[in-house]
Amino acid sequence: MEQRAAALSTRSIKTSSKVLALDKIIELIDLTTLEGADTPGKVRSLATKAIQPDPSDRGTPHVAALCVYGDMVPYAVDALRDFNRSRNGDAIQIAAVATAFPSGRASLEVKCADTAEAVAAGADEIDMVIDRGAFLSGRHEEVFEQIRTVKEACQRPDGSYAHLKVILETGELSTYDNVHKASWLAILAGADFIKTSTGKVVPAATLPMTLLMLEVVRDWYRLTSKRVGVKPAGGIRSSKDAIRYLVAVAETAGEAWLHPSLFRFGASSLLDDVLLQRQRMKTGHYSGPDYVTID
Amino acid sequence: MIACADEKDVDAAVAAARRAYETVWSKLSGTDRGKYLFRIARLIQERSRELAVAESLDNGKPIKESRDVDLPLVAAWFFYYAGWADKLDHAGLGLDPQPLGVTAQVIPWNFPLLMLAWKIAPALTAGNTVVLKPAESTSLTALLFAEIVQQADLPPGVINIITGGGDTGRLLVQHPDVNKVAFTGSTVVGREIARAVAGTQKKLTLELGGKGANIVFDDAPLDQAIEGIVNGIFFNQGHVCCAGSRLLVQEGIHDDVIERLKHRLSTLRLGDPLDKNTDIGAINSAKQLARIEALSSAGEAEGAVRWSVPCRLPPKGYWFPPTLFTGVSTHHAIAREEIFGPVLSVLTFRTPEEAIAKANNTPYGLSAGIWSDKGSRILAVADKLRAGVIWANTFNRFDPASPFGGYKESGYGREGGRHGLLAYLQPRTWTGDGPVGQRGTVKMSSVKPVKPVERSRKAARKA
Repeated sequence: MEQRAAALSTRSIKTSSKVLALDKIIELIDLTTLEGADTPGKVRSLATKAIQPDPSDRGTPHVAALCVYGDMVPYAVDALRDFNRSRNGDAIQIAAVATAFPSGRASLEVKCADTAEAVAAGADEIDMVIDRGAFLSGRHEEVFEQIRTVKEACQRPDGSYAHLKVILETGELSTYDNVHKASWLAILAGADFIKTSTGKVVPAATLPMTLLMLEVVRDWYRLTSKRVGVKPAGGIRSSKDAIRYLVAVAETAGEAWLHPSLFRFGASSLLDDVLLQRQRMKTGHYSGPDYVTID
Repeated sequence: MIACADEKDVDAAVAAARRAYETVWSKLSGTDRGKYLFRIARLIQERSRELAVAESLDNGKPIKESRDVDLPLVAAWFFYYAGWADKLDHAGLGLDPQPLGVTAQVIPWNFPLLMLAWKIAPALTAGNTVVLKPAESTSLTALLFAEIVQQADLPPGVINIITGGGDTGRLLVQHPDVNKVAFTGSTVVGREIARAVAGTQKKLTLELGGKGANIVFDDAPLDQAIEGIVNGIFFNQGHVCCAGSRLLVQEGIHDDVIERLKHRLSTLRLGDPLDKNTDIGAINSAKQLARIEALSSAGEAEGAVRWSVPCRLPPKGYWFPPTLFTGVSTHHAIAREEIFGPVLSVLTFRTPEEAIAKANNTPYGLSAGIWSDKGSRILAVADKLRAGVIWANTFNRFDPASPFGGYKESGYGREGGRHGLLAYLQPRTWTGDGPVGQRGTVKMSSVKPVKPVERSRKAARKA
């Protein structure tokens, strides 16, 4: 895995391909704030940035989603309402982490209540964590059942479902075998996305682990013609890194996956670096951190 | 076209090597020989981009490979053997083993500079001098290397490079004042050389063709195995003597492996070798392309099913799309003869015994690969394979510390590691009093001091 990942990392993406790649990265970002110190103000500020990442360039695409804690969902909905109404389908999704994020240490009832509340508040997507304790002690069926139950809790009164992203926390599962198993488990239990990490554990997303998960969704597609998405999260801070992920996606799962419905970056600071790089591609020189707005 | 050394040139080169051997190189201490080799290694690292580009231009291999595989290995080989120069007492031949003298080295076109390093580094560290002939179609990097040797200020005559084709090679190998012949290339030419040196005092090592088996068991991690298969046969357009050109797949996973393989091959990029994103470069020569085409047609005629990547080939140059044959049986020519191109023959097996029998059923015996999640199976199978190099869950990995060479018609002698030294040394038994060995009487200080290394040749020209 490491060798293949390293080989993919040597792909040279320059000039016009780089410009396209940078815009693509922005379109795939789940702009995230998951801190104990989050406030409605912080969420509103981030929402503004999600809509217009670079105020100096109106042509900049908006990000894929805003990812917040469950109790912040109403503020996110509020902040994005006008924009999303005007977009006609091309809206910024609101993703909420749920199920006792990041540890997942709570009863199934609490996890489901957590999920249902976020969905009721207007979350389009739920980022749940699996019970790593149960998985590592071999209770795979229990993990499967939990994912299935949470998926049910994602159902809205009108019968539609919020998108379910299942966080495996690869840093805690630690081996490729475990991640491979957990990926299949999550997909079979109904995940719409498999996601590497919470961002609260080191190591978070790595290219070899993401590559492995991409291989699983590719195999699932070969078997069923159904596409499941992949979301690496945490630790991807530079455009250069992100471009390597894009290469891995295109050459493993296929270019169809380079779409917000099938691939996301869970990141907070990545966007700033992409904007810096984007400005440099436009102007020919690097500006500086003061030319990118802070959240 | 490249200049062809004639009899006079070969004589001059061998005479220069003899003089350098007798007067300087064999008398220099191991420590001092090591210093020269380290110097060469560092210069190669410094000029590695230039050498990589020259190699790709000359050979047609993608720059990704010459930059990331060939050149790092070339430097590693010189560093590794530089370290041996003062430790020859520990090579396993007893105290103070002796060099052989003047070595004639003839190398192929598939890894021009790397094969040069494999040959020159151990010869020099052991105290021999060298006359080397690169392949006719790929001499550029050897000539650049000659420049590096000058830069490193090696005593004149220690390394001599002559260019030319088969005739030049013959003159060199048959030269009466040569003590050792080392050859890497085809088995046909290897046989001819063996006949030529038979009955002379010359020592000989041969690294010849191969038809490596890559055995994939049904418990193998498939995606990694696919990478290994691709790397095994499509690395360097299959111009690799140890290529995994026969894929042996356990029957139960055959269809799955082929489907995955086709998908993976479709993502390979074939084209301009100097493009950093190119995976598959050009075939080295019209002659080689004709051979690959002939054998592929023979495969089809014999009833194997051919599948080639549906990709556009550049209009100019020699190109062959990555190709695999399914339904191959052991008596097909494509399963027996070395194709030396991007062509994979897929066979199946049912039991480990059958896999071993099929893998060994070849006149060659250079390399093999085993893919399985089960360590005990890997060890049991490896034990029964008659091949000089066996890779487990990987393929085409090289390391200067590990000996490389073949069984059967793949040649004899080993290159790399401690064993690689044995091809360039002879043991000597001492009885009686007195200091052991007379070497080290010429000190490095008596040789001209080293010129500073040119950092940037462009900058130098500007100044």
